[in-house]
Amino acid sequence: MIITKNLKKSFHGHEVLRGIDEHIEKGEKVVVVGPSGSGKSTFLRCLNLLEVPTSGEVWFEGNNITSKNCDINKLRQKMGMVFQQFNLFPHLTIKENIMLAPVKLGVLSKQEASKKAEELLERVGLPDKAAAYPKQLSGGQKQRIAIARALAMNPDVMLFDEPTSALDPEMVGEVLGLMKELADDGMTMVVVTHEMGFAREVATRVLFIDEGQVKESNTPQEFFENPQHPRLKEFLSKVL
Amino acid sequence: MKGIMMTGFFQNFSDAFYKAVIKDQRYLAYLDGLKITILISIFAILIGIAIGLLVAVVKVSAVQRKELWIFNKICNIYITIIRGTPVMVQLLIIYNLIFTSRDTNALLVGAVCFGINSGAYVAEIIRAGIESIDKGQMEAGRSLGLNYLQTMKEIIIPQAIKNILPALGNEFIVLIKETSVAGVIAVTDLTKAAQYIGSATYDILPPLYVAAVCYLVIVLGLTKLLNLFERRMAQGDHN
Repeated sequence: MIITKNLKKSFHGHEVLRGIDEHIEKGEKVVVVGPSGSGKSTFLRCLNLLEVPTSGEVWFEGNNITSKNCDINKLRQKMGMVFQQFNLFPHLTIKENIMLAPVKLGVLSKQEASKKAEELLERVGLPDKAAAYPKQLSGGQKQRIAIARALAMNPDVMLFDEPTSALDPEMVGEVLGLMKELADDGMTMVVVTHEMGFAREVATRVLFIDEGQVKESNTPQEFFENPQHPRLKEFLSKVL
Repeated sequence: MKGIMMTGFFQNFSDAFYKAVIKDQRYLAYLDGLKITILISIFAILIGIAIGLLVAVVKVSAVQRKELWIFNKICNIYITIIRGTPVMVQLLIIYNLIFTSRDTNALLVGAVCFGINSGAYVAEIIRAGIESIDKGQMEAGRSLGLNYLQTMKEIIIPQAIKNILPALGNEFIVLIKETSVAGVIAVTDLTKAAQYIGSATYDILPPLYVAAVCYLVIVLGLTKLLNLFERRMAQGDHN
């Protein structure tokens, strides 16, 4: 579903990604871990071109999205993204946040989008917040709404960029729980996170990115119990 | 003794006021001047918004699209020159250099000049307002599949407006007061009218007081209006 070929990204001469080749299949739940500044967020942001790679290719559902004549806006509709800082639209109500993209992009009519928004609010457990504004929500609630907003476009894959890193500890659970439900429903997911428990429980594959390269890629069991790369061993000894 | 001085003061005051405002229907001269001041201000504000919007759009989109660099450069030069020179000098240069024909409409020159001047400040106000919005908002919009313009229109601009309007209001207050130098290009605005009356009555100060009160009333009225507007917007502000 997503293929990266020798993906490289530099910021002002500093090379953050040093050639990543990855295949992510439909239905996979790939969790990306690694130390801060290792390039894991940059890797995720390259997948929907929020960061434009310096070189290399990204393919999504058979389209080379790094080529000039690709309509990235069209493809992004199929790639939901959830951010560390939620990035809800503060001037819109919760329901309007969810309805904005499907309506403005002509995917759904206003009535359909309204119905869809209500279903999604039900699904993320916040049906009574439809008329509220983002400021009135807790961090965990905001992130659940951000997930609902991304789901409103019926994406084929969901990208999560450290979705629980900005949350108070007691709110991490509700967001991870929702993500787990999503995974159980068969959503293809790529998750950058520091939550090793989530990786162990939900991932079908765990990637270890360090110094801009994938140093290890394995099933969660092998990854945590039998790490091969010395850098991964060192990393796990610090975080577990 | 004291009583005599007081009556004397009031006598002088009312005499001066009578001479400066009422005698020979001089209030009409103030009104004409006021009309000119307001006309120049309104047209200058409209021109300023048009130029400012254009320049701000170029500068904001040049961050994304490098091929706009030449327009960005032009806008930067414009802003630097306008903000780096006094408005009175700009007024004189534009009047003498560009509008050199005999039947130049000084009022038009004034409006255009103050408009060009205001445009630079308006551009910076709009640009700063847009750039004050967290870049995560643009990323969130784009990640949903909205294009750059849709994200600007639906997400960035509605939020930026709240930062832009109060500063824009201030800019207009400053602009109205600055039009008082329009007299140097032979426009009889409120200030110039007051000066003419002063030289006709050989009493310079009273007409200037009248003019000052007129400016003060306009500015206070505008301030009230802006406060009302801001409060209105704050009601819709759920941040």
